[in-house]
Amino acid sequence: MSENLPEAHAASHGTDVATHGEPFADPGLPAHEPRRTDIDERAAKRAERQVSLLFVVSMLATVGFIASYASIDADKLVYIFPLGHVSALNFALGMTLGVALFCIGAGAVHWARTLMSDHELPAERHAIEADDDVRNDVIEQFRTGAAESGFGRRKMIRNTLIGSMALVPLSGVVLLRDLGPLPEQKLAHTNWDEATPAKPIKLVNMNTDQPMKPEDVVQGSLTFAKPEGLEESAEDFQQRIAKDALMIVRIAPADLKDAKSAELGFEGILAYSKICTHVGCPISLYEQQTHHALCPCHQSTFDLADGARVIFGPAGHPLPQLKITTDEQGYLVATGDFDEPVGPSYWERPR
Amino acid sequence: MKKLSARRRHPLAAVVVLLLALAATGGLYAAFAPAEKAQADSSAQSLAIDEGKKLFAVGCSSCHGLNGQGTSDGPSLVGVGSAAVDFQVATGRMPAQQPGAQVPSKKNIYSQAEIDQMAAFVASLGPGPVAPNAKQYQPSDDPVTNAEQVAKGGELFRTNCAQCHNFAGKGGALTNGKYAPSLEGVDAKHIYEAMQTGPQNMPSFPDTTMPEEQKREIVAFVRNANDEPNPGGLALGSLGPVTEGLFGWIFGLGTLIVIAIWVAAHTTKAKKS
Repeated sequence: MSENLPEAHAASHGTDVATHGEPFADPGLPAHEPRRTDIDERAAKRAERQVSLLFVVSMLATVGFIASYASIDADKLVYIFPLGHVSALNFALGMTLGVALFCIGAGAVHWARTLMSDHELPAERHAIEADDDVRNDVIEQFRTGAAESGFGRRKMIRNTLIGSMALVPLSGVVLLRDLGPLPEQKLAHTNWDEATPAKPIKLVNMNTDQPMKPEDVVQGSLTFAKPEGLEESAEDFQQRIAKDALMIVRIAPADLKDAKSAELGFEGILAYSKICTHVGCPISLYEQQTHHALCPCHQSTFDLADGARVIFGPAGHPLPQLKITTDEQGYLVATGDFDEPVGPSYWERPR
Repeated sequence: MKKLSARRRHPLAAVVVLLLALAATGGLYAAFAPAEKAQADSSAQSLAIDEGKKLFAVGCSSCHGLNGQGTSDGPSLVGVGSAAVDFQVATGRMPAQQPGAQVPSKKNIYSQAEIDQMAAFVASLGPGPVAPNAKQYQPSDDPVTNAEQVAKGGELFRTNCAQCHNFAGKGGALTNGKYAPSLEGVDAKHIYEAMQTGPQNMPSFPDTTMPEEQKREIVAFVRNANDEPNPGGLALGSLGPVTEGLFGWIFGLGTLIVIAIWVAAHTTKAKKS
């Protein structure tokens, strides 16, 4: 660093550089400049009137607030240019209260800037650390205390103290148990697991509450489904549908890129979990031409034609797919649960 | 016989034979020809198809092929039905201005009669969804029934449509520059047809999975959401936390900064620099 100093340069090049004793002299405080209101009494009077005017406007606005509260009908709508049709009462209340508060603030600031005292008060900064006397005194007291307690000499007391201090936080950890019981297998299974090949569960259209036949699901369509027997009036409907919801699409068999996924479906009809594997948002922004499904929360994108592979975004797993087939009456049914847990990852997740 | 053969060379014999032949043909035709009414209908229909084919050749065939079979620039139109033509052309999406991720809605250049003719031609290529009539898509005028439709439609909209079009029907973004357009001011017929046919990247909602009545309820809800007055304040596109946050950061904080600068400006200290 020192070679950058002017003296060093001068020495190495043998030329004289004009140097000063102090290159950045303390310029000191600038000369005090009086404000216009300090020297001109008329300007001060004018500022006084301006401040009072702001306070008076505030008073009028408060009166306006009370008046509009009392007089404007709550259902009345008016057209106000950038806002469109808005409730007259809401607009009047917000506007008058806003003006009342703003004018008090603006008046106070204007008062402080133009009329209140304008003295400049320099405050010297001091070093942060305490001076040597105080520090020596504290260190001395600490040494004396340590010696008097015999902390270093009576090792048993010291070690048991350390042990007790280390164990106390465990009480807090144990209290975490109150956060609830462990999820056990609840996250790993959905209500589709009640289905067996002998007793399959029908897929029921969320719109019509009717079971579906393969010919109902046309290519390019999107249908949402729930297991048969799950009624919206049921007490635990929201909890159950949060895992059971299905998104049903039909893709031309020639377009399917994943053999296992095609096998789980039925003639190109695929039933995917509607729950994003990132944090569990319901995803159903389905693009029928690209076969991409997009999660609105964090833009995870799944390719439904390729086993719901993640092609973009933070999701860690493809969407679970439900194996579907048809029963003897020709309705779409599931014969078992998803082969992996639906929704976001958790510690005990199998994979 | 003698009499006939005697006049065989008469100058008018050929005329008589010709008249007899004409009478026989005409009689046979009258006996076997289809009924007059059906004949008139089919000719009007075939006329519309012919006219539609001419319009199609001019406006659509460069991408979709002369017979709507599709090319590398445009999909096949066999089986898309008249509803798809009515939606795409009447909203100005087709003919497309330029290829791209999304074909936006723009000014329609065809009359409804011309659209119907093109629709007739495309419908003749293969069976597909038929353009709906007003009875199918128009929500009820009766306020009580209408309110019921709006309530049911709201539920259906939130299940089936809100994920892309936003809960207030204001539209939203998809991947790679595609987007779900706003439903504000869209004709009831076109909302119905879009659900029927699934234009561009929108999935379709056929009658088998979403019956006609439910589509009408959704139309009723969208209409109602469009007309819903603003209780006050800026709606900011009704898009939720994104626009509201952006507005708060830029305009809210920006205003505070401007006020802070105003408060501190033009004091003696500030003059130093």
